[in-house]
Amino acid sequence: MMQLKCPWCGVRDESEFVCAGTTHIARPDLNATDAEWGRYLFVRDNPKGVHRERWRHAYGCGQWFNVARHTVTHEVLAVYAMTAAAPDVG
Amino acid sequence: MKYSALALLRGALSGQRSWTQAWRSPEPKAAYDVVIVGGGGHGLATAFYLAKNHGIRNVAVLERGWLGGGNTGRNTTIVRSNYLFPESARLYEFSLKLYESLSRELNFNIMLSQRGLVLLAHSRHDLEAMARWANAMQMNGIDAELLTREAVAARAPLLDMSREARFPVLGGFMQRRAGTARHDAVAWGYARAADALGVDILQNCEVTGFVKGAAGEVTGVDTSRGRIGAARIGIAAAGHSSVLAKLAGFALPVTSYGLQAMVTEPVKPALDTVVLSPGTGAYVSQSDKGEMVLGASLDLFPSYAQRGSFAVTQSILAATLAIFPSFSRLRLLRQWAGIVDVVHDSSPIIGATPVPGLFINCGWGTGGFKAIPVGGWTLAHVLASGRSHELAEPFGLERFHSGRLIDEAAAAGIAH
Repeated sequence: MMQLKCPWCGVRDESEFVCAGTTHIARPDLNATDAEWGRYLFVRDNPKGVHRERWRHAYGCGQWFNVARHTVTHEVLAVYAMTAAAPDVG
Repeated sequence: MKYSALALLRGALSGQRSWTQAWRSPEPKAAYDVVIVGGGGHGLATAFYLAKNHGIRNVAVLERGWLGGGNTGRNTTIVRSNYLFPESARLYEFSLKLYESLSRELNFNIMLSQRGLVLLAHSRHDLEAMARWANAMQMNGIDAELLTREAVAARAPLLDMSREARFPVLGGFMQRRAGTARHDAVAWGYARAADALGVDILQNCEVTGFVKGAAGEVTGVDTSRGRIGAARIGIAAAGHSSVLAKLAGFALPVTSYGLQAMVTEPVKPALDTVVLSPGTGAYVSQSDKGEMVLGASLDLFPSYAQRGSFAVTQSILAATLAIFPSFSRLRLLRQWAGIVDVVHDSSPIIGATPVPGLFINCGWGTGGFKAIPVGGWTLAHVLASGRSHELAEPFGLERFHSGRLIDEAAAAGIAH
């Protein structure tokens, strides 16, 4: 089972967490075109490799945090705060 | 060579040495009229219908691994058309109808078994939602019938119908024409029939890039077996669609997840229908070999690992045993995952891409197997004519900015 290190609670099993998808998505200006708004809402990089994503320790402390994780190996390369910049981990 | 009872008999007289290869393994040509990326069910069906319906036979199917080694070989083999909205109903019903005549069409036994699909209602709300769902299907001209608790018990006697059941069964609904088909046979049957019409099937041929002309249009692909030219290219790569789109210079509204399935050791016939419990996420059928085929919900984090996480394995086994307690004595033989291409509205994407000459069929998410015939039919149509097939018109990429989503909550049939 995959394990994640909650910044507040330490290493816990994957089943305690909920993944909320890609992080660092900037909301476009409200005057954005339909195409830009559609990209913001739906289009994702969906990389085969390192993915930066949001997780929540739903069945623990309830806190949100960011994770950089490899989508093939599932190796967690970094855990960082919601507002922190994306670490350079490949 | 035509497969028939007579051919079997002749083979018996000659020690079964008369069988020829089902399809060739040719060397790639320098160029084709159409190249299809992805040698699973959808890609092979596309090649077959290009040759059969449109007379375009100078076609290659490029497969990174071996035929049907991706999701075509990793699904739970269920075919059905129990969708909610008219657009989806038309699409999936067309697919089921093609399945019904496919063995004859391909001269290959795909072992279609229309053993019916029973959906279980575990609460009053489930009953109401299913009544709506079944009514919507009937309005769309698709067979559906509501079942009483007793009718469900008679259809699947091993279900826990006791008063102590953790998930009591209050009733359900059924599509009788749903069922299962042999997944490998679908890939092999389309491959053999396409090959017979002149299509080149190139295995171990990975696409590493797209070649483009002055106006940005595709002119070919670079592969692990060299450059192959083509003015029209179709992508049918399921969970790897985003990877190919990135090579071609655009992005898709797709996220890839692992979807698990597993089989138990084979036992004597004990379940002659497909049982799906949307409330618990379990779905079960028995293969012709006797294995109980168990399906699960998604591993809900992006993944390209074809293995699936143990947390979900555990939850699906718990859900299955809650409705079929006697299965607790069975041993699991195999567990695996396929990488599925999930779209926000659980509806497929079929049609043009932002790159001229490049077309795509993806986004079937957890339900690609049942859609193989229609996926191939409609992708072949757009590749041949440049225009979307009328069945595929609502399923273009433009819906993600026009807002005209086809939100098939019913699509998966299980709660994601």
